[in-house]
Amino acid sequence: MDVESLTQTSGEWLRGTGPESDIVMSSRIRLARNLASFPFPNRADDAARAEVELLLRGRLTDRPAGRRLNYLSLTGLETLDRQFLVERQLISREHSDERTHRGVAVSDEENVSVMVNEEDHLRMQVLRSGLALDECWQEIDRLDDALEADVTYAFSEQLGYLTACPTNCGTGIRVSVLLHLPALVITKEISKVFQALQKIGLAVRGLYGEGSQAMGDFYQISNQVTLGKSEEQLIATVKDVIPNILSYERRVRQALVKENRQGLHDQVSRAYGILRNAQTISSEETMHLLSSVRLGVNLGLIDDLEMQNVNELFIQTQPAHLQKIRHQRLESAERNVMRAAFIRQRLTEESTGPE
Amino acid sequence: MKKCGRCDKPAVLHITELQHGEVKGLLHLCETCAKEYLSHGQGSAPEAGLAEAELPEGEEPLEDLDQHVCPSCGITFKEFRSQGRLGCPNDYIAFQDELLPLLENIHGETQHVGKVPKRAPHASQKQYQLIRLRNQLRAAIDEEMYEEAARLRDQISVIEREITPSQAASDA
Repeated sequence: MDVESLTQTSGEWLRGTGPESDIVMSSRIRLARNLASFPFPNRADDAARAEVELLLRGRLTDRPAGRRLNYLSLTGLETLDRQFLVERQLISREHSDERTHRGVAVSDEENVSVMVNEEDHLRMQVLRSGLALDECWQEIDRLDDALEADVTYAFSEQLGYLTACPTNCGTGIRVSVLLHLPALVITKEISKVFQALQKIGLAVRGLYGEGSQAMGDFYQISNQVTLGKSEEQLIATVKDVIPNILSYERRVRQALVKENRQGLHDQVSRAYGILRNAQTISSEETMHLLSSVRLGVNLGLIDDLEMQNVNELFIQTQPAHLQKIRHQRLESAERNVMRAAFIRQRLTEESTGPE
Repeated sequence: MKKCGRCDKPAVLHITELQHGEVKGLLHLCETCAKEYLSHGQGSAPEAGLAEAELPEGEEPLEDLDQHVCPSCGITFKEFRSQGRLGCPNDYIAFQDELLPLLENIHGETQHVGKVPKRAPHASQKQYQLIRLRNQLRAAIDEEMYEEAARLRDQISVIEREITPSQAASDA
């Protein structure tokens, strides 16, 4: 597999189906694991990193748990390609830094990705469209077992799976859901949600994880502690709070419709209108307008767009995607022109239907 | 424990004297002598001394903790504190006393509950030894100490043999 082939497809988790997919864009579980007989990647010298990569690459491409994974070495990959993989949610930003002997194994549907030599030797994740944390856990648990069959993980009976950063030891699990919360943002109720989540020990992050901004009204909610609670307990902590946030967002959406349907319809239609007609548009404005359009589709105010296409546009209009899809390196201003053209084309194709 | 540099009581404070950012001297003092030292301001740059003195009584001063080294990967506790990342799995044993309060702070717990690898966890301990031996082997080769390298290689293969049959048994 190469980056080029990925530009022709899109992640299955964007298809916009699954439980609660009007608000829950995706569910994700990741596990951090390390091999017992090597230093953690940051401390390992080149030879040790190479050995770890070779070993794990072999395991990952040997159909663990019956899964076909395609291994992509990040060494020697251009900056643009690495940025593309970040936008695609297949690797973390940290993993895209230029360091030797790094890689990622990805399933065909992009539901599974396993980073090698990131902060830990193994960072595996399973993604699903909609609210599907149990399915994520079952799958990643099987994958973890399969990988462990041939390597010895660093583990202690007291501290569980040992990780490079003490904030991840124990289960090494991060359970997260990506929520689209435009109504709570419009009404500024979102800060109440943050406060409530903080009190129960859950973290809120933007679309691209730690330190990223809440672009397009997307928020990632995830567990913070990893030690002293079982995987099931940690999954339950996240899972149990989601219905409350969903009903809050839905309640506010209904209130917005009831109070000022015309105003909301106008906002949504203007956003759609700009996206269909703009001649130059920044990534930031795109995200902002797409968020309104996504809300409009969910509320039935826009009826000629598929959710999957809206979801895909969030990813495909980002800088590296745009340049890869167009096979061109573009400066910011050129990108804005290209982005507008790309969106116009996608939205016109979409709303007039296939020929 | 070190003795006070001015009397015979145990030293509880360890003061680094700095001048223009350079270390001018190290003082190990008992509580009484330290108070006297600090109140008289004998240090040329007292801020370093005061920072150390703020540590609660009875706890080992940071400066000493910082010198702890993991025998497997060679990282010091100070390096861990500045980078926030540990060097190898054995650090959890090497820095156990320092890490447990930290883990308690982060997670509110210090006992793992949850998934356990199918392989025997104690196999990990042997693996940490392998990290150290392989490091030493590389160093020996770099320094062209081939007899030492051969000895280390033998030691590594003994441990590798020890690990493999037990894993095969636990897998069965």
